[in-house]
Amino acid sequence: MNWLLFAKLKNISPNIPYQNILHSSSRQAEEINHIELYFCIAAGTMLLLVVGITIYILLRFRESKAGDKRIIPGKIWELPMLIIPTVLVAVFFYFSITTMAHINPDADSRTPDVVITAHQWWWQATYPGSIEAANEIHLPAGKPLLLKLVTADVVHDWWVPQFGNKMDIIPLQDNYLWLTIKEPGEYYGTCSEFCGLQHANMRIKVIAETQAGFDTWLHKNGQAAPPNKNKTIGEELFMAKTCGDCHRINGTAAKGTTGPDLTHIGSRATLLAGMSINDKDNLKRWLKSPQHVKPGAYMPDFLLSDSSINDLADYLQSLK
Amino acid sequence: MIEQSENNATVQDPYQPWSGRILQCLSSVDHKEIGIMYLIMALLFFAVGGTEALLMRTQLAIADNHFLGPEAYNQIFTMHGVTMIFFVAMPALFGLMVYIIPLMIGANDMAFPRLNAFSFWITFFGGQLLYFSFAAGGAPNAGWFNYAPLNETFYSHSNGINYYCMGLLLAGIGSVTTAVNIVVTILTMRVEGMTLRRLPLFVWMSLVNSFLVLAALPSLNAALSMLLLDRLLDAHFFRTAAGGSALLWQHLFWVFGHPEVYIVILPAFGIYSEVFQVFSQKKIFGYAFIAASTVAIALLAFGVWVHHMFAVGLGNTITGFFAASSMLIGIPTGVKIFSWLATMYGGRIKLTVSMLFAVAFLIEFTIGGLSGIAFSIVPIDLQLTDTYFVVAHMHYVFVGGTVFGIFAALFYWFPKMSGRMLDETLGKWFFWLFVIGFNLTFFLQHFLGLMGMARRVYTYPEIPYYTILNMLSSAGAYIMGIATLLLLYNVYRSLKKGKIAGNDPWNAFTLEWYTASPPNEKNFDDVPLVSSRRALWDFKNPDNRDED
Repeated sequence: MNWLLFAKLKNISPNIPYQNILHSSSRQAEEINHIELYFCIAAGTMLLLVVGITIYILLRFRESKAGDKRIIPGKIWELPMLIIPTVLVAVFFYFSITTMAHINPDADSRTPDVVITAHQWWWQATYPGSIEAANEIHLPAGKPLLLKLVTADVVHDWWVPQFGNKMDIIPLQDNYLWLTIKEPGEYYGTCSEFCGLQHANMRIKVIAETQAGFDTWLHKNGQAAPPNKNKTIGEELFMAKTCGDCHRINGTAAKGTTGPDLTHIGSRATLLAGMSINDKDNLKRWLKSPQHVKPGAYMPDFLLSDSSINDLADYLQSLK
Repeated sequence: MIEQSENNATVQDPYQPWSGRILQCLSSVDHKEIGIMYLIMALLFFAVGGTEALLMRTQLAIADNHFLGPEAYNQIFTMHGVTMIFFVAMPALFGLMVYIIPLMIGANDMAFPRLNAFSFWITFFGGQLLYFSFAAGGAPNAGWFNYAPLNETFYSHSNGINYYCMGLLLAGIGSVTTAVNIVVTILTMRVEGMTLRRLPLFVWMSLVNSFLVLAALPSLNAALSMLLLDRLLDAHFFRTAAGGSALLWQHLFWVFGHPEVYIVILPAFGIYSEVFQVFSQKKIFGYAFIAASTVAIALLAFGVWVHHMFAVGLGNTITGFFAASSMLIGIPTGVKIFSWLATMYGGRIKLTVSMLFAVAFLIEFTIGGLSGIAFSIVPIDLQLTDTYFVVAHMHYVFVGGTVFGIFAALFYWFPKMSGRMLDETLGKWFFWLFVIGFNLTFFLQHFLGLMGMARRVYTYPEIPYYTILNMLSSAGAYIMGIATLLLLYNVYRSLKKGKIAGNDPWNAFTLEWYTASPPNEKNFDDVPLVSSRRALWDFKNPDNRDED
């Protein structure tokens, strides 16, 4: 049973394109990648030096080739041994300090552009005006943003490789991260501090848009679900089965905050923190047996009948 | 009983029954038997930890794999790390130190032989207790550094982490008592003429290392005790929901954890220093430099722990300070690499298996050292920490540094311990398989890190290049597994019918090669006069003695 379900799930991973931290998609990443380049050159040279000397020594001083006389290198060798590493270290210390000051200045009292709350195992984004979103995080490109990072439970870590630096998210502590995205586009990342059973499936998706596009999305996302006089069976079920104790659907009686906000779940491309594509089949699989789809997740199995699952999935899909 | 026979090779008493031999081991306080028991313990745990590694690499060989679920995977990667560090690397090095140090300084035994036996057994039982967790509801599952508050009962319900605390506390007691024993032995039991300036470098490194153990372990023991209080008696040290501190655990752990990295590398540096000299048939270059830089590393070790925490948001000032101190470590380490190269330069190099591992170490450790410097450069650390780049880095240091050192030591001192040589041909096969497998596994992981693969994930989605790189990495792990089987076969065969070693098969320089192989119970009947760093060289070349 277990195996069969997994087998079915195999084809549902969303398509994540090739990522590489050396593609700088933010100003911060650009600065980091400059040092990284210098470092690679310096480290590569040192490595070649050591490998080269080792090979030379092995070729020249093998027992079969070397004469009987031992050569003792002079004390003069001790000086470059000390000077080369010292100079390299000093240079890179200078680069470190200046870059740190650039990419990570004090937040002072500026209001963050978005507050990101990490949960076991999903992401919550809160925009000014208490506008909520979950897992797919929309941000405007082209301007410096201040992200405030907090956690609802254990230590997590925010990392989108192409944006450069990561930031741990520590209980009872507000951490800040500056981010200037260069181009609109979709960027993928992952929680990178081990956070329990589903650490692997706590993936990040950032949708960067132009300022106008972002404003339109924010406006739409801030709107409550349209009031519906003739409630569908799915909506009735949602309220009756206590889904609303954990999930919020803005404009309805569902006001829970433990699980992801579902006000606009129908408009998202992925489910379960980037684990699968958002379509009706996957939604139904999830509702049918959450612990098989994402073992350990806090979503209980409500033992729903197939027709209830179908109705619930229809309702959730309608929340655009 | 071990008896000396005519030709100096020894034989086990053939009439002693197995039960008697085992009883003798259990009750032994002889440093040589305890040393060998440490090595056997390390070997057993190496087999277990290695199997865990192979299970992990099997799970990660392809995308979206469900060979192991998250529950099993998290327990296995935690146990792999804890096992390899606390129950393989440390016991193996302690075993070598306990066996070799008294012989190198011309002593009959350790200063406190019964304490020595106690240290071994408590470490051994610590390991048993840790593994009992599998039978008691689940192994620890929050990683070897076991971050708060994930290590609290609310997030980790099984008893695994309680066993982690108890097991490591017991092993920690063993480590501290061994360290005391080694310090006292080195300071008080040296043969006449062996001043501190004439100590073999392996002994020097062991001395410095023991002080590191004494200073670092208390922090871990305190953290483990506090965590036990939290978990068993509802204290709130790390329970963040009740106002405890997550960072307190990280500080306490890494104040121990970073020196720990040096605890498992310094004795290996000592091993390499001996191996390079003997197989280049030449004195070490820069003896004082190597000894002094070891002391420098030991002192700096306590001022760099925050480089494990650059991403936790401590602010630029604190981070900058620790960046500087971490980079400083690179200088004494670089000095050592050049010292060893200069030792080989101009010598008569004999590429035995032991020497091959030492030479391979120079290159692997340079790779690991350089990627280590990358992590002291804060902006690069912020990119790469907690990715597979770290996994690659630390395996280059732990395997390329410590484990290669243990292998070099095994091939170097096996003749002394057993009276027989390890087979060199099989050894070379083992060396090449292991080195190729090792680089295949871990070099590729640098690239996975650069492509954004976080560490400690039990599975990963189909992302371009992930599957092929992981698959090759797993193949490398299996090659290392095969190599290890070859090593075991080599040990087994050589014990039975290896070449008889004689007292001094390598034409070595230090006192342990003066006595019989294996040494009798008293170690020495007489000890030659020590008047330089190479007592045995002086003894063998009375016309060409070292001038101190």
